[in-house]
Amino acid sequence: MAAPASPPASTPKPGGLRAWIYKRFPVQEFIADQLTGYYAPKNFNIWYFFGSIALVVLVLQLATGIFLTMFYKPGEATSFDSVEFIMREVQWGWLIRYLHSTGASVFFIVVYLHMFRAMLYGSYRAPRELLWLIGMLVYLALMAEAFFGYVLPWGNMSFWGAQVIVNLFGTIPVIGSGLVEWIRGDYGIADATLGRFFALHVAAVPLAILLLVALHLVALHQTGSNNPDGIEIKERVGADGHPLDGIPFHPYYTVKDIVGIGVMLVMLAIVVFFVPSFGGLFLEAPNFEPANPMSTPEHIAPVWYFTPYYAILRAVPDQRAGAFLMFLAVALFVFLPWLDRSPVKSMRYRGMLSRGALALFAVSFVVLGYLGLQPAEGLYVVLARIFACCYFAFFLLMPWYSRIDKVKPVPERVVFHAHE
Amino acid sequence: MRTSKRALLLACVLASGMATAATEPGAGADWMTWRAADDVTNTASLQRGARNFMGYCLGCHSLKYERYSRLGTDLGLTPQELQKYLIAPGDKPGDYILTTMPAGDAATWFGKTPPDLSLMARARGADYLYQFLKTFYVDASKPTGANNLRLDSTAMPAVLSELEGLKRAVFKDVQEKSADGKLMSAHVFDHFEQLAPGRMSAAEYDAFVHDTVNFLDYVGEPTQVARRALGIWVVLFLLVFTWLAWLLKQQYWKDVH
Repeated sequence: MAAPASPPASTPKPGGLRAWIYKRFPVQEFIADQLTGYYAPKNFNIWYFFGSIALVVLVLQLATGIFLTMFYKPGEATSFDSVEFIMREVQWGWLIRYLHSTGASVFFIVVYLHMFRAMLYGSYRAPRELLWLIGMLVYLALMAEAFFGYVLPWGNMSFWGAQVIVNLFGTIPVIGSGLVEWIRGDYGIADATLGRFFALHVAAVPLAILLLVALHLVALHQTGSNNPDGIEIKERVGADGHPLDGIPFHPYYTVKDIVGIGVMLVMLAIVVFFVPSFGGLFLEAPNFEPANPMSTPEHIAPVWYFTPYYAILRAVPDQRAGAFLMFLAVALFVFLPWLDRSPVKSMRYRGMLSRGALALFAVSFVVLGYLGLQPAEGLYVVLARIFACCYFAFFLLMPWYSRIDKVKPVPERVVFHAHE
Repeated sequence: MRTSKRALLLACVLASGMATAATEPGAGADWMTWRAADDVTNTASLQRGARNFMGYCLGCHSLKYERYSRLGTDLGLTPQELQKYLIAPGDKPGDYILTTMPAGDAATWFGKTPPDLSLMARARGADYLYQFLKTFYVDASKPTGANNLRLDSTAMPAVLSELEGLKRAVFKDVQEKSADGKLMSAHVFDHFEQLAPGRMSAAEYDAFVHDTVNFLDYVGEPTQVARRALGIWVVLFLLVFTWLAWLLKQQYWKDVH
C-alpha cells in the first residue's frame, strides 16, 4: 500500500472528538491508504465509471430491498398479494418496488459493461487475475441473487421461469433428479421453494456479494487499476514515490464518478417514473398474473440478462448437452487471463484479429440475448446456433489468434489530454 | 340457467336470420389493429368507466386489490358521490371491490371462475381488452352462444350484447403459404355482420368500451398518474445535480496535466 500521501487536510485539535476517535480507530490511515493515497491512472475514460456505478446500484438494491422485506410475505398464498399491497397501499411502496425491479436490470447492464471494459483493455491480465476471478464470483452470485429475487413476486412467469431453470440441474447425471428436489424442497416449485429462495435472496447471497465486493476492492487496491492504454503506471514512479501517470483517487475520481453516477441516476429515474416495465423487458406482462401451475405462458423466457445463455441452451437439440454448453458459456470467462496470449493488454494496441474477435463476441452476446427472448423455432434457432458458435470461438480460438495478431508499439506513458 | 337461455335466444336469432342492421361490408376486418387509445388522466372517462364496471362487470368480476375509497380519491369523487354512484349495496368505502358471485358456483356455471380484473390491463394490455370487448359474435356451437375473435372459445358470455347488439362473424377460406412453403387452406375472419341492434349506436358502444378499458388501465396501476407527475421533477433535479457535479469536476481536474 502507498504510504500516506499528503498530510491530512486538517489536523484534529487535541482533546477534540475527532482526535479522540482517531486515537482509537484508524480512520485517517484508511482514508490515506484507500482514497487520498490510492493513485489511479489519470487517463480513465467513460468505461471506468461502471465499477463505482455498480457499487451505488448495490447500495440502492440493499436499501430498497430492506424496505420491501418489511411488507413482502413469502408463500404461495401471500407472495403475489403482498407485492400488490406494496404497489398500492404502502406509502411510496410503488417507488421502492420499481427502484428495486429496475435496479436489478440496471445492475446487469452496468456489470456487463464493466466486464466488457475489462475485455477491451485486458484488465484481467497479469497481475490482475485474482481481481478478475473474484469479479467472476461476484457475477455468479449476482446471477443467483437475481434468479431468486425474480421468483419471489410469484407471477406466472416467475413460476415457469423457476421451473425451467431449476430443472436444468436435473440434467446433471446421477444426482440430477435428487438435486432438483433438494433445491425446490418439494416435488414442484411451491411454498417451500419460496421460503428458501426468500432466505437466500435477502440474507445469504447479499452477504456473499458484499464480502466478494470487498475482496474485489482489496485485490484492486493491491495491484492498482489498469487503464485504457494497458500500461502499468507503477512502473514509472516520480521523485515523490507516486506513479507519474497517477492521481489520487480522492478527490479526482470521487468527484468525477459523481458525474457518472448522476447520469446513471437520470436514466434510472426515466425508466422508474415513465417506463417501469420497459416494454415487458424489466417487468413482464405474464408476471401480472399470479403463478398458475395449470397455465403456461405463451413463451417462457427468462429476464433479458439471462437470455444470451438461454438462447445457447435452446440452440442445442439435446437438453443435457445444451445445459452443459450454457454453464460452459458462463464459466469460460474465468479462463480469459490464461486464454489471452497477446503481448499487449489494451485493444488500442492490438491488431484487427483481436479487435474483430471482440467485436464479433459483443455482437453475438447481444444477438443471442435477443434470440433468447424469441420463440425457439425456424430461423431463430439457426441464428442462435451460428452466434453460439461465434461466442465459443471467441474464447476457444483466443490462444491462437491473440498470439499471431499484429500488435502496435505501446507508448511509455499513458495517453492523456489535459483540460484546456 | 341464464347462459343456456341466452344460447337459445342467439340460436333463434340465427335461425330466423333477422339481420336488421347490417353494417358496412368489411367491418371489423382490421380488428387486430384497433387501439384502446386510453388516457388515464381523463378523469371523466375514468368515472364513466367505473360506472360501467359497477353496472356490467362487478356481477362476476372483482377488483380485489382496489378499495372503493381509493377509487373515490383518485377519480375526484366526494364520499357522498362515491356512496351514491359506485359503492355496491352493503359495502363500505374501505372495502375492496369484490363481486358477490361465489367463486365455486361461478366455476360450475362458466367452466372457470371469472378472473379478477385488477391487473388484467397490465397482464394483457389495454389494446387486448379493447379488442376483446369489441369482437364478440354469435356462435351457436358454444355453450354461451357466443365466441370472440381475441380470445377464441372464451368462457365469457356476450354480456354486453344488450348494448352492442348481435354480430355475426363471416369467415372465408384462403390459401396461405405456411412456414415450410406449402399452400395451406385457412379459415380466416373476414368481417362482421350486424344481426340485431343493441341499445347503443356503434359510436356509443365504442365510447363505452373505451371508458371501461381506460378505467381498467387505471386500476392496473392506480399510482401511474402521480408517478409520471413526480418523475418530471425528479429527472429535472437529477439533471441540475449532474450539471453541478460536472462543473465541480471540471474545477478539480484543472490541476491534472
